[in-house]
Amino acid sequence: MQLNSYTGFFRIIMTLVVAMCLRIVPWPGAIAAFNPDWVLLALIYWSLAVPENVGIFHAWTFGLLTDVLTGRLLGQYALAYSLVIYICLKLHKRLRQFPIIQQGLFIFFCLLLSQLLLFFIKNLQHPAQLHASFWLPVFTGTLCWPLIYTLLRFVRLSRRL
Amino acid sequence: MLAVLASTILLTTEYRSPRLDPVRTTLSFFVDPLKYLVDLPTVLVGQAAESVSSYRTLKKENGRLREEQLIDQTRLLKFEALEKENIRLRALLENSFKLGEQVLVAELLSINTAPYEHIVVVNKGTRFGVHPQQPVLDANGVVGQVFRALPFTSEIMLITDPNHAIPVQVNRNGLLTIAVGSGQLNRLVLPYLPGNADIRPGDLLITSGLGGTFPQGYPVAVVDEFTSQPNKAFATITATPKALLDRNRELMIVWSKTKPVPLISKPVENDPEAKAHAVE
Repeated sequence: MQLNSYTGFFRIIMTLVVAMCLRIVPWPGAIAAFNPDWVLLALIYWSLAVPENVGIFHAWTFGLLTDVLTGRLLGQYALAYSLVIYICLKLHKRLRQFPIIQQGLFIFFCLLLSQLLLFFIKNLQHPAQLHASFWLPVFTGTLCWPLIYTLLRFVRLSRRL
Repeated sequence: MLAVLASTILLTTEYRSPRLDPVRTTLSFFVDPLKYLVDLPTVLVGQAAESVSSYRTLKKENGRLREEQLIDQTRLLKFEALEKENIRLRALLENSFKLGEQVLVAELLSINTAPYEHIVVVNKGTRFGVHPQQPVLDANGVVGQVFRALPFTSEIMLITDPNHAIPVQVNRNGLLTIAVGSGQLNRLVLPYLPGNADIRPGDLLITSGLGGTFPQGYPVAVVDEFTSQPNKAFATITATPKALLDRNRELMIVWSKTKPVPLISKPVENDPEAKAHAVE
């Protein structure tokens, strides 16, 4: 399905903004460590669903905005997101055919790659002492993928433009 | 590939110099509204609870606050005289003294940027004159310091962040040391004291004013454990922060006057009261 219209693009932006909000919502206590990287999940979905509309540039821009939002070194998320989205764009035709569990496995590796990059950059700045919970968002993100998939699919197809 | 190159350049530039601050400031104009948006439910719930709370509760709270204010005021009565006396005594010792602080009340935005770091966001930024490295307090003690100031918000690193260290002094005997964050909200670590140091559980740690970031004399933490191990060079000491790091929504950002008060001759001249006396 083509999403060339202005409203369709607006819809994508809105979902990404919601994802950014979810990124910083204060979950109570221990749940906070489980908060997955919603922005990346949304970006992956859109790059798989409408690769002609969402590209590396969008990933980079939203990565940069996430950097500012979460107070990281500028370019950290931008780098991670654009690399992951590059892979997704390369493989999107194959990935669309996969059943959701197999997709989930791929998403797991995408999230792991992004988190590894973040860890690597953090480690370059100063020897990082990180809790094991640093890796938890990767798992929860993978578990959230079916939810995101159905939700965003609903958003995409709810009103055909 | 262009994106990778661009991000790498960004990363290295920002790591090495503060030249990218304007970029961050510009981008924050797009992003900061989101922080306020996420904070909105908490504010609304708070307001709803306030408007629903009964007349009696409000009256009770009002009475309690009035009592507290009375007590505080009586305590403050002597404070001014003591401060003047302190300046005079320090002048005798030919020692300069920093005093006079201005505070700005900032409110915490309930958002969570990184779960494993102790950085909080408040709703006052450079538009209010906030700048990095300013000390932040609450009613009970030191909370942290401003880590990064954006136009509408600023990020505050708490004293318990693993990357944060604060120069402190034992209030009882003036022993100087450094308190390092442990990564737990209720604990600071004092790693640089030898096993025979004169420090006991229950000792109050105050800011020593060394390092220049934190003004002197604010309570930081209370020592709660001291164990010296003979096989190690330094003792293991932990302390509990005085400030309610996980409960307070209102924080105070402090401007301390950087110019020390000069020795005795000048304050007497500048003091209007002293002048008035002289005229009489």
